Amino acid sequence: MPVLKGKELRIVGFLCNWCSYGGADTAGVGRFNQPTDLRIIRVPCSGRIDPLFVVKALMNGADGVLVSGCHPRDCHYAEGNFYARRRLEIMQRFLPVLGYEAERFEYTWVSASEGQRWQQVVASFTDQIHKLGPAPKIIGPQAADTLNQMAAAL
Amino acid sequence: MKFQEELKDSIRKALPDLDVVLGWCGSFDPLHATPHFIRREEDIDKLEISPLSVHNLATYLPGLRGKKVGIVVKGCDSRSVVELLQENLINREDITIFGFPCTGVVDQAKIKKALGHAGNVRTCDISDSAIVIQTEDKAHSLTLTQMLADKCRTCRYPDAIISDYFVGDKIGEPAPLETDYAALEAFESLSVPERFGYWLKELDRCIRCYACRSACPLCVCRDHCAAESRDPHWLSQENNVRDKVMFQVIHAYHMAGRCTECGECQRACPVDIPVLMLKQKMNREIRDIFQYEAGVDPEATPPLLSFNMEEENITEKEW
Ligand code: SF4
Ligand code: SF4
Ligand code: SF4
Repeated sequence: MPVLKGKELRIVGFLCNWCSYGGADTAGVGRFNQPTDLRIIRVPCSGRIDPLFVVKALMNGADGVLVSGCHPRDCHYAEGNFYARRRLEIMQRFLPVLGYEAERFEYTWVSASEGQRWQQVVASFTDQIHKLGPAPKIIGPQAADTLNQMAAAL
Repeated sequence: MKFQEELKDSIRKALPDLDVVLGWCGSFDPLHATPHFIRREEDIDKLEISPLSVHNLATYLPGLRGKKVGIVVKGCDSRSVVELLQENLINREDITIFGFPCTGVVDQAKIKKALGHAGNVRTCDISDSAIVIQTEDKAHSLTLTQMLADKCRTCRYPDAIISDYFVGDKIGEPAPLETDYAALEAFESLSVPERFGYWLKELDRCIRCYACRSACPLCVCRDHCAAESRDPHWLSQENNVRDKVMFQVIHAYHMAGRCTECGECQRACPVDIPVLMLKQKMNREIRDIFQYEAGVDPEATPPLLSFNMEEENITEKEW
């Protein structure tokens, strides 16, 4: 049952296998209520996440993207999340020049035992995306609308 | 240019030990120069350095790896050489660098705009302050500083950062004609939909020729570029603006912490898409977070190839 009323938006989550995916599982096992807008993609490590995934997801219709990995110093591969932090930070700061709000994307750390924290992250990120509303679409049924709006604005 | 003869002498001295020296020479019309590959003594005389020497010849270096190559560099070009050295994409001992004090190169797009459809250019005389262009029916006198490339108007490194031969007197740090990133800041003050719409509109005319990539000294992947990869399938072969925007994001991100803002991507674009702005945005953020500038120190590690356990300027979100 969606915690937030109204239409679901599409949020893509990239979660590392070792911590955050476990954390999401813990939240599930603990039956913590969560909004259902999020679709999870499991990756080996936050260091595996090419920040271009974020843009690709937004351009293909996502309204928000969430990345979650192990806390710094807890990476299963020791250093993956340290590299990830730099890459993801610059991508977040880059997004506004493309015409996406920086808040459409967040990255964070959730460990396998932090079910409660996972619930909180999902709820608050979903809320954040709902406040922004749907991202502009350049493909699919709403694409024509976006393009017309753009043309009118310019 | 005053130091041109001195430069030719240096090249003459070095040429016997080199396979090729890269410079510029005249081309199909008096308004354009073209890259010049000096292999023999008699090629040296054709060398011409002028505000038309726009090409960043460092782009050729990775492809010539293994050969002994001489290269004439403007200040900005030398930063590309430094960046290539930082990334071990070229070997210092194989490269001989010829530097000179650069007073700026033109932006052909600005000239084109000032001339309108001018037809054939008969003559082009460039003095310290003006460019006088004689077309078939008219003489145009343009102010040189107004025709300079934007990067020259904000230039802080007019003298080659590294060189084996340096001819002429070094300029030092000039007073820029414009502040860095003024255009970017103006763009950032637009609303979110305006920014989004801007790229859709500008990139709609992209013909996916990838000249921006070919001209970039740091795009060294050749047949392995993400743009052509089928697995992963970053971009489709369809003609849609989404994939055009996506490629520019790929290029900008692959240049993060590497791009020296040489401006070749934008210069090479046949349809004048302002693609440099995306790289400038990336660079400004990197400067703010890591106090880092690419291509100024051959020993420095690019910021995305390293990390600190505690990042001073990264504040993570509290939930
Ligand atoms: S991205 Fe453009 S400005 Fe940056 S190094 Fe490549 S060609 Fe030069
Ligand atoms: S765009 Fe990226 S993948 Fe393509 S050549 Fe440039 S650096 Fe390589
Ligand atoms: S050079 Fe211009 S037209 Fe060609 S691919 Fe790059 S942006 Fe598109």
